[in-house]
Amino acid sequence: MDLLNNLLSWILWFPLIGIVIIFLINRTNEKAIKWVALITILIDFILSLILLLNFNFSDPGFQFVEKKKWLDFLNSYYFLGVDGISILFIPLTTLTTLLCILISWNSIKKKVKEFHLALLFTNISIVGTLCALDLLLFYIFWEAMLIPMYLIIGIWGGPRRIYATLKFFLYTFFGSVFMLIAIIYLYIKFGTFDYTLLLNKGYSFGIEKLLFLAFALAFAIKIPMWPVHTWLPDAHTEAPTAGSVILAGILIKLGAYGFLRFVLPMFPHASAYFTPLILTLSVIAIIYGGLACLAQEDLKRLIAYSSVSHMGFVTLGIFSLNPIAMKGAILQMINHGIVTGALFMCVGVVYDRTHSRAINYYGGLATTMPLYAALFMIFTLASIGLPGTNGFIGEFLILAGTFLSNKIATTFAALGVIIGAGYMLWLYQRVFFQKVSPNVKNLPPLKTNELVALIPMVILVFLIGLYPNLFLDFMKTSVANLLMNFK
Amino acid sequence: MLEKSFEVMTNFNIFVFLIPFLPLVASIITLIFGKKYFRDKSHFLPVLALFLSFLLSIKVLIDVIGGKIYNFDVYTWIFASHLKVGLGFLIDPLSALMVAMVASLSFLIHVYSIGYMSGDPGYYRFFSYISLFTFFMFMLCMSNNLAQLYLGWEGVGLCSYLLIGFWYEKKSAADAGKKAFIVNRVGDFGFALGIFMVFYYLGTLYYHEIFPKLPEISHSYLNILGLKVYVPFLASFLLFCGAVGKSAQFPLHVWLPDAMEGPTPVSALIHAATMVTAGVFMVCRLHPLFELSNAMMCIVAFVGAFTCFMAATIAPTQFDIKRVIAFSTLSQLGYMFMACGVGAFIAGMFHLFTHAYFKALLFLGAGSVIHALHHAPDPNDIRIMGGLKKYMPVTFWTFLIASLSISGIPGFAGFFSKDEILSQAYFSQYSWGKIIWFIGWVVAAMTAFYTFRVVFRAFYGEFKGKDVIHGYPHESPKVMTIPLIFLAIGAVIAGWIGVPEVLGGNNLIEKFLEPVLGHPKVIHEIPHSTEYLLMGLSVLAGLSGIFLAWLVYIKVPALETVFSRNLKLLYTFLYRKWCFDELYHLIIIRPVLWTARCIVSKISDNFIIEGIVNGSARLVNIVGTGLRYLHTGIVNYYGSFVLLGVIIYIILYLYLK
Repeated sequence: MDLLNNLLSWILWFPLIGIVIIFLINRTNEKAIKWVALITILIDFILSLILLLNFNFSDPGFQFVEKKKWLDFLNSYYFLGVDGISILFIPLTTLTTLLCILISWNSIKKKVKEFHLALLFTNISIVGTLCALDLLLFYIFWEAMLIPMYLIIGIWGGPRRIYATLKFFLYTFFGSVFMLIAIIYLYIKFGTFDYTLLLNKGYSFGIEKLLFLAFALAFAIKIPMWPVHTWLPDAHTEAPTAGSVILAGILIKLGAYGFLRFVLPMFPHASAYFTPLILTLSVIAIIYGGLACLAQEDLKRLIAYSSVSHMGFVTLGIFSLNPIAMKGAILQMINHGIVTGALFMCVGVVYDRTHSRAINYYGGLATTMPLYAALFMIFTLASIGLPGTNGFIGEFLILAGTFLSNKIATTFAALGVIIGAGYMLWLYQRVFFQKVSPNVKNLPPLKTNELVALIPMVILVFLIGLYPNLFLDFMKTSVANLLMNFK
Repeated sequence: MLEKSFEVMTNFNIFVFLIPFLPLVASIITLIFGKKYFRDKSHFLPVLALFLSFLLSIKVLIDVIGGKIYNFDVYTWIFASHLKVGLGFLIDPLSALMVAMVASLSFLIHVYSIGYMSGDPGYYRFFSYISLFTFFMFMLCMSNNLAQLYLGWEGVGLCSYLLIGFWYEKKSAADAGKKAFIVNRVGDFGFALGIFMVFYYLGTLYYHEIFPKLPEISHSYLNILGLKVYVPFLASFLLFCGAVGKSAQFPLHVWLPDAMEGPTPVSALIHAATMVTAGVFMVCRLHPLFELSNAMMCIVAFVGAFTCFMAATIAPTQFDIKRVIAFSTLSQLGYMFMACGVGAFIAGMFHLFTHAYFKALLFLGAGSVIHALHHAPDPNDIRIMGGLKKYMPVTFWTFLIASLSISGIPGFAGFFSKDEILSQAYFSQYSWGKIIWFIGWVVAAMTAFYTFRVVFRAFYGEFKGKDVIHGYPHESPKVMTIPLIFLAIGAVIAGWIGVPEVLGGNNLIEKFLEPVLGHPKVIHEIPHSTEYLLMGLSVLAGLSGIFLAWLVYIKVPALETVFSRNLKLLYTFLYRKWCFDELYHLIIIRPVLWTARCIVSKISDNFIIEGIVNGSARLVNIVGTGLRYLHTGIVNYYGSFVLLGVIIYIILYLYLK
């Protein structure tokens, strides 16, 4: 079989091989299970790099397209493809899963087999969501994603995990139902689930607005935008490290991806109509999320709220409907995945040692764990957008681009940058500086698996920060193509 | 105007590139391997790198004097749509001078730190940070575009944060570092918006493309909520916010006094000589934009003048030797902005240049004293000093030279640059020039007074710290005193490059910088007699300040207590630094934290939004409990529900179709 022609399918389904092997391994042989999962995802990651290398930069349309008859009676196809908007997220997904397996190497003690199965399933469903071009297929992957996540939080999570999972599940499911109705409506009206055929359909404006809202609600909850964000702090806080990393790293990006892939191209008039609303909500999210961070006493909760603020920048950039801001937004999605994912990993590192997430439990970690403190500092700086790190490029492009279309929104959004420095440095001071807290006096230094999981993130922080064009080049033509609708 | 007399080199130049690159490499290697392998040899690489950078900077300066300008990109950094910026360098007279100044000072301070920091457990960390700082400072000065300027700008801010909080186990140090970063972020908020505005109106961030395009916006106005705002005014105002933060001008000056928590070499390099002058450098670099708006020039002048005066009133009340010098830094930076605000950019840069040497010298001299007294619980307190002249002669003489220089005594560097500012303010074409001159003249006397207060209290009289340090202080080691001597030479001769024509000089610096900064905005016919008179007045101001200090601190020591006792309210107000910290705490920090904790977290998030979410969940629960009665287990019932569903579905279908 020609690998390149079916590359997406390979990337998508390859973890199944690992799943089958893990099924066959005895559950007491935890080491073998971990290694199989690790190697499977490593190969999957390499496959996704091959995907990157074979990408054609000048083609604005879909590449690596696979279209096969699937559910004939519904006229639904197994239809995959990637373009400049989605392609970068595929290696990001496989990389994140890979690092999640590494970082959880020693910290998952119960049901190791199920844990790795759940991670592999998550990987499949997320990659599927990213490359499905058939609405039904997309919806199936979209919902399928919830199940392994639900299990990861519900089984390996913290003390309030049941409340958190239920909230997470109901919240997202609530949003998805409206999207499902909209998809069914589109199917009934046009007889197809094919995304490419559903573009530029002349809806009446009223219907288009309703469809926009139905899709937007599902995506807004996933992102999460203000005011439907309250599931995120609970889910993040209770999730095990790997769960938080996947949630922050990729899952919530899919909301923003949904806007870019479906909402803007399918409903351009409604998108333009609702732009002021979304920009307002984004600015509120940026400032509100930042202020909420100042009030948090829990490490993970603080970082979760910072996600709300950062994703506000992403939606701001998307709905500025301008190429600079939109590229910034896509890059910022990747940045946020890297930086916030890494921050959650870092929190996991100390949580494994102390089993406390309370900020005031810590203090003086820079003295006891200097290497860890240095890595945490790098991610902190990336999170507050220091030039030279990836966070700067994203924020700079978003704000510079948004300034071209909306000066007021940019001004308020830029305030979020001040608040961001405030809460992150305050957090850093309380955890790492000042007197060494007796609780952290004899913490062991970073273990190899933790270091190996964090180093790629550090490299990416500086690679994107210093040479962003490597990544921006992928988006160029696709973003221009997408914005043609709004000329 | 540049191209006429200069040859512009647009090819990659390895010498220029190595100036910032060497300290960066030294910093990274020292950070990674310092702790394990270099330990007390950690200074080696950074010092070597800085020495080479210094030599290269001299070479490049000579090239520029010889009529070359370097302007090239190393690579394209950000490229999205029509936003394109590179990491690149522009070496013209302005940046060449700045780079040479930074390199020479940074090198000397690196050497001094070998002695000052010896034995500190964070020795490698210190040298890594301080050469990283030098890297970012080079990037800032040498940049050929606004985005890279911003990179250097934030980078030096980061190093400042790391170095202020160098002894992070002390809460006050960690607090001060954080405060410096956040206050600077407030300024950078404006700075970033200013950059976006330049990009919006001119479509580019490269300096050499911005300046020719400026006429395009010289008549544009922006409508903000019905208010017509002149575009160059708003753009330069926003950019100036950044300068106000970085150069610690009112109202964002509050971080600098606290920054003295850092090691003294850091105070000398970052918080006196180089980083804090970045704001002045930026205003000079973008002077064509600022000059488009008279209102903006006026704001620059008066922000400078106010800070200059305010800091000079606070300095005499402080007892921490480093804080006194920190306030004098605020005050001197005020002079530089005053110069910019009256169109005398060259004089501003000249003062920046001389100030760097004598102020670094003051700090390092203070550091030498602190080093000698480091067994005292508070070695910075001038009340435990006294009589140090006898024990630390090199420190004394060099400190005295710096003090004479800052007081504007003829022959010393500070005299020439301060006099240049004052006379150009007096003769300025701008109407506020004479007011600025007057403020500058008054502050000149105050400067001499508070500087010599320190000289007299620390070096004259009897040593008062016998009991706290159990003995007498000693002179610092050679590795510290030799840099002091070099800086003392700089604090004298740095002014000689700008000897004005009335004194028989030929004002080299003016000729050198004029192609970049333009001719000073002064009236055409300047009577020499007035110039001599002004000069005499400023010398008089300096001498009377010194005399007054002598009177109060040597001759009649009782005078000081008379002042502080009888004017208690005023004294406390000045001692508390005009109460800005208290004010900001009351009107900004507390409301923000209160909003965060009460409004956002408690009321909005936990009560309203969660209330709605959990409330609807409860509602579903209640409805669900009701619906449970429908779960009868009888298949017929289920069938009819399915039927009902189908009917609703069909109705919806027909309706929507």
